[in-house]
Amino acid sequence: MVEEESVRVVRCGGSELNFRRAVFSADSKYIFCVSGDFVKVHSTATEECVHILQGHRNLVTGIQLNPNNHLQTFVVGLKLHALFTLPSAEDSVFVIINKEKPDVFQLVSVKLPKSSSQEIEAKELSFVLDYINQSPKCIAFGNEGEYVAAVRDFYLSVYFFKKKTTSRFTLSSSRNKKHAKNNFTCVACHPKEDCIATGHKDGKIRLWRNFDDDKKYTYTCLHWHHDMVMDLAFSVTGTSLLSGGRESVLVEWRDATEKNKEFLPRLGATIEHISVSPAGDLFCTSHSDNKIIVIHRNLEASAVIQGLVKDSNIFTGLMVDPRTKALVLNGKPGHLQFYSLQHDKQLYNLDIIQQEYINDYGLIQIELTKAAFGCYGNWLATVEQRQEKETELELQMKLWMYNKKTQGFVLNTKVNMPHEDHITALCFCNAEKFENPTLVTSSKDGHFKVWILTDDSDIYKKAVGWTCDFVGSYHKYQATNCCFSEDGSLLAVSFEEIVTIWDSETWELKCTFCQRAGKIRHLCFGRLTCSKYLLGATENGILCCWNLLSCALEWSAKLNVRVMEPDPNSENIAAISRSSVGSDLFVFKPSEPRPLYIQKNISREEVQWGVFVPRDVPESFTSEAYQWLNRSQFYFLTKSQSLLTFSTKSPEEKLTPTSKQLLAEESLPTTPFYFILGKHREQQDEKINEAFESELVQLPLTENIPAISELLHTPAHVLPSASFLCSKFVSSLLLSKETKSGEEIPEDVDMEEGKESDDSDEENDFTEKIQDTNNTDLGEDLLHQLSKSEEKELRKFRKVDYSWITVL
Amino acid sequence: MRLCSVFCHSSFPEYFSSGMGEFKVHRVRFFNYVPSGIRCVAYNNQSNRLAVSRTDGTVEIYNLSANYFQEKFFPGHESRATEALCWAKGQRLFSGGLNGEIIEYDLQALNIKYAMDAFGGPIWSMAVSPCGSQLLVGCEDGSVKLFQITPDKIQFERNFDRQKSRILSLSWHPSGTHIAAGSIDYISVFDVKSGSAVHKMLVDRQYMGVSKRKCIIWGVAFLSDGTVISVDSAGKVQFWDSATGTLVKNHLIANADVQSIAVSDQEDSFVVGTAEGTVFHFQLVSVTSNSSEKQWVRTKPFQHHTHDVRAVAHSPTALISGGTDTHLVIRPLMEKVEVKNYDAALRKITFPHRRLISCSKKRHLLLFQFAHHLELWRLGSTVATGKNGDTLPLSKDADHLLHLKTKGPENIICSCISPCGSWIAYSTTSRFFLYRLNYEHDNISLQRVSKMPAFLRSALQILFSEDSTKLFVASNQGSLHIIRLLEGSFKHLHTFQPQSGTVESMCLLAVSPDGNWLAASGTSAGVHVYNIKHLKLHCTVPAYNFPVTALAIAPSTNNLVIAHSDQQVFEYSIPDKQYTEWSRTIQKQGFHYLWLQRDTPITHISFHPKRPMHILLHDAYMFCIIDKSLPLPNDKTLLYNPLPPTNESDVIRRRTAHAFKISKIYKPLLFMDLLDERTLVAVERPLDDIIAQLPPPIKKKKFGT
Repeated sequence: MVEEESVRVVRCGGSELNFRRAVFSADSKYIFCVSGDFVKVHSTATEECVHILQGHRNLVTGIQLNPNNHLQTFVVGLKLHALFTLPSAEDSVFVIINKEKPDVFQLVSVKLPKSSSQEIEAKELSFVLDYINQSPKCIAFGNEGEYVAAVRDFYLSVYFFKKKTTSRFTLSSSRNKKHAKNNFTCVACHPKEDCIATGHKDGKIRLWRNFDDDKKYTYTCLHWHHDMVMDLAFSVTGTSLLSGGRESVLVEWRDATEKNKEFLPRLGATIEHISVSPAGDLFCTSHSDNKIIVIHRNLEASAVIQGLVKDSNIFTGLMVDPRTKALVLNGKPGHLQFYSLQHDKQLYNLDIIQQEYINDYGLIQIELTKAAFGCYGNWLATVEQRQEKETELELQMKLWMYNKKTQGFVLNTKVNMPHEDHITALCFCNAEKFENPTLVTSSKDGHFKVWILTDDSDIYKKAVGWTCDFVGSYHKYQATNCCFSEDGSLLAVSFEEIVTIWDSETWELKCTFCQRAGKIRHLCFGRLTCSKYLLGATENGILCCWNLLSCALEWSAKLNVRVMEPDPNSENIAAISRSSVGSDLFVFKPSEPRPLYIQKNISREEVQWGVFVPRDVPESFTSEAYQWLNRSQFYFLTKSQSLLTFSTKSPEEKLTPTSKQLLAEESLPTTPFYFILGKHREQQDEKINEAFESELVQLPLTENIPAISELLHTPAHVLPSASFLCSKFVSSLLLSKETKSGEEIPEDVDMEEGKESDDSDEENDFTEKIQDTNNTDLGEDLLHQLSKSEEKELRKFRKVDYSWITVL
Repeated sequence: MRLCSVFCHSSFPEYFSSGMGEFKVHRVRFFNYVPSGIRCVAYNNQSNRLAVSRTDGTVEIYNLSANYFQEKFFPGHESRATEALCWAKGQRLFSGGLNGEIIEYDLQALNIKYAMDAFGGPIWSMAVSPCGSQLLVGCEDGSVKLFQITPDKIQFERNFDRQKSRILSLSWHPSGTHIAAGSIDYISVFDVKSGSAVHKMLVDRQYMGVSKRKCIIWGVAFLSDGTVISVDSAGKVQFWDSATGTLVKNHLIANADVQSIAVSDQEDSFVVGTAEGTVFHFQLVSVTSNSSEKQWVRTKPFQHHTHDVRAVAHSPTALISGGTDTHLVIRPLMEKVEVKNYDAALRKITFPHRRLISCSKKRHLLLFQFAHHLELWRLGSTVATGKNGDTLPLSKDADHLLHLKTKGPENIICSCISPCGSWIAYSTTSRFFLYRLNYEHDNISLQRVSKMPAFLRSALQILFSEDSTKLFVASNQGSLHIIRLLEGSFKHLHTFQPQSGTVESMCLLAVSPDGNWLAASGTSAGVHVYNIKHLKLHCTVPAYNFPVTALAIAPSTNNLVIAHSDQQVFEYSIPDKQYTEWSRTIQKQGFHYLWLQRDTPITHISFHPKRPMHILLHDAYMFCIIDKSLPLPNDKTLLYNPLPPTNESDVIRRRTAHAFKISKIYKPLLFMDLLDERTLVAVERPLDDIIAQLPPPIKKKKFGT
């Protein structure tokens, strides 16, 4: 049974993976990357996301491994701009904070109190460096924390912790051509030597030495990049330096010499960050197309972790691939990306433009502007355009057929200049009775064209191809939208302010509607019981509903509609309007002007696109207000390209079964074998567990064992090392009569504290109040659940050999 | 060859016209002078002097303490191409060349002390032992020969183990016990005592994966910790452990040869020069601030040359490099410079600091001096007139009248044409030549005056008197000869012998227009003024710390104007035997700081016949008229006057006017003089024209081309 809760706007994945440098675990098996409000843990071998660390209510801005305890990670967020840890400074970390003015940042050292909670509020700040750059790429610690180097604009500052002095080196910043691009962009410190590498805007890398002497300092230049150096990293031993930039080439400088360099080219997009695993066997690069590439020491890319590509403008809008139920939108330049919402992972990229992408400023690229799926995903139509000058429009329409054998789209027909001017809309007729696929395109040249699939066979092969069947126009007005009715019998084409209805059998103009309320921006037919209605939203903020039987306006409402999307599984239509404070959602049925559901202020930003995605398993909300979410889920994309949706569930529940399984068995790579064997073992485990449970009925609750509760409720960063805890921990699990004595239960441990913040981090402010009450229920619920799973886990521990811990 | 004398109206606008009027300027660009490439440089730490040898065998001495002034030079010799140059015991300079001779130079008398055959074929390398008592030479036949340096000569001591190919580089261990010798494909380490090779270190021939035929070790340096640094033709800088004979570290720095290396005395930095024209600086830096471990790191590259850097030197405060592109570049090390003053600036020396051009004002003739010939040109003329800045068309082109080739392999030291244009004199190291020119309409006939007296063998400077009746010759023994010229013959009048005890040669001469006074200056001592009528020494201008770069005596006042290498200008009244009031004033007030920061020395001073208050002087980058009647500039005033707007009132112009009128229109300016009151001649030698005559540099791929 689904509990009735309020609907909240939640982020549903697709967050930036490239916001900060990714961090490797000590054994290089996992990679931690900051992703929106979470930290994602991916396996470096399988690319799979094995874990999501939650705890922040806002953007996570930094992540570091605890250098003294490899099993702990530090994460910062909210108002702190970056984080650094040092092995030498055990109980303090460094963060970048903002100082009053918006552009003044400071590096401060924070002493971590021995707090027992997961969240820490630190008060002891000590100031290290002032007026630094906000980006963590511009700060680096060198020689085991003896000094810290920071760059900003045209100077490099080095602070020596022992001497407590700061040296500052300034590069010439004169306006002349030679020095104009001397700006520092990033910094890295040699792990073994006193050597600082800095990247510059003109593509130079400078290696600074002797910088403890203001006079004798010296530097050498390495120059290969022709554009800004985006990031730098030294290998663990310091023998090579890695650099990357907009060339999308990872450069390895060996021995820091200009002549001895290696390249890993064609990485696809600008390298934003480079990080190196502590074991030294792996590198990884974060790219501007929201991708992390794991690279072997010998410069071979071994894994690609691809998130939702957010690099380009979204012209195509959000679509759902009827076959895979994946979200489809613009991806890499010239590509369509298929993105699995379920797994928060990109499925694949379809290269539409099929041309080498040249990454250069000021170059006018071919843009993929429109795409549409038809006939249950059998056909895909795409439109690409390039306009160098006003009069020189290059336009191409491509039709792709799904090939069952290769499980992919294959180009079928290419139409050069399908229209004389920009194509404004594109739609397939998806009615079942139409055996012949039909596509309609509308264009600014005043025409709409009907394209049908015809037989294109000759004596050599059987083939099909698309040809233009009909060209329609209406008084030389620009065609702005087109849309088929659900049964495919009618085609609605809007010509600026006028909506024309055409018979799809004969292509006769049936009737016209004109409201004189501005150009039609959105147009759609009602569905199922409401199929006699046609909806149109105009630029002047009027939403109109026409009755196709009476050919009259049924109702109209004043609503500045930005997004209008019909639900394919119901009569519902979602409209998002833009007001001065934010965007509001209205869900309504065309038959009645009163909306079913209103949610104000779903986002402060402008919402650009939205789409209904059918659910695999329908929900059964009983409340009338939420019924619209029963069969489909509504996703929308804001201007800053965050993908949001509506949910009533807590984040834990949102996790899919597969990821839960991975969560439990995170240490194993998920190969197909694993799924077979792992399941088998799981069953065995369960049997054993059942046996145990029947035996140990009188066992005390795990919470009552002090060692366990201490272990579980003490924050990771204050825990002693695992080897120290191990024997105590194992012995505490042994059955003994003393266990019941509650003396060792630490009084100060607040068990509730950690839990409350675990969930529901994503909701926006407006629902917070309601949510709080829900959280407490949920929290208790969870607590109970967790304790059960803990029990299982701990029982497993008893069977495991712990001798390896001593090795650590 | 460009035979156009660009005859243009004065480009000196208002700021020159205040008292000067306008000039017609002969802009001469047909002096086809190309300096020869630099082959070796040797830095002498004791005297802070730099010896530079060029491919034509010329050896020049630069005084780094005196604003890098080229104070001495030894003329070249066709067969005496130097391949090695080194200083010993402070002031002794040795060179070795392809003729197999070791030469010692006499730095006082400015001639060659002796030449001694090493009997090993061409000499490729040379090194003086750290204590300065022994000289090593590496020869073509693979022998390394050790010479003992005795107070007045060198004496052969012994041969080291003979190698199979030529020894291209040599370096002593600072303790003097071992030497490293670079040959082809390998480096040998010799024990000095036994003379036998201790180690033979083979150098990889591979070059960027391609095996080259040979790997030439162009330079070696032996450090006190036993490290041998080698530079070779495969573009590598390699560090070897001489104790074990193993390669320690390899830096590939160039796609072409690395041709030279020089280590600082402290052994904390060294410099290498490559055939691509790049000079790389290597520094010994500590690995971490708290460890004593140090490593050699390539730091900065300097690209001041377009062609091969054949030679480098490392002074305590600067990197010095020279090569085929003929520039001598002195690049100060900022971290070693105490105050950021004029010495901290980069220096590029291209042209000799002496005059190669003389001029006959009467006949509008220019005499150009080249290494092995003289050229006589007659300037063109025009009838056109124009406004300020106009280029005038030539009605008559410049004429190449004479091409006079020297006999013998020796380079010309100095030359001069008489003001009347009918005498030409020049001198090589061993012979003195005097010619009589006869003009018959457009024809010119040349007649050599034979039977020169025996004492006139070699001259350092030649000067004719204003009326062309007397010839003054400064010989390299320090004596000054006065010769009366008659139609077709001559008569020796007098010889001023050098002051007792000095053997310093006179290099600069100046005669007063009335013919009464002769001023002569050596390289260091003061200027002597002789009375020609009475044939005796009149006075000696007090000695000054910096060498004299130019001398001249003003027409009516007989004031001697002296320019020094530190850019100071003195005016000394010969009749009064004291500095003039103006000179005292300017010394009291000091020159403008920008004037003192000029790069090149003043090489010529002249006077305006009608305006006694004016002194005309020039260096390679500017031409200046000093108007003694105007107030002197102080550091706050603009020294280089920008062109004042024409509509500005005279009042403002006069207020901003000061004594120094500077024009930088003509550069590089090798010679400038007044032909008459309204005509100037300026001889320029654009650097692009020199580069065009050099062999093409190594082609380098440039990004984006």
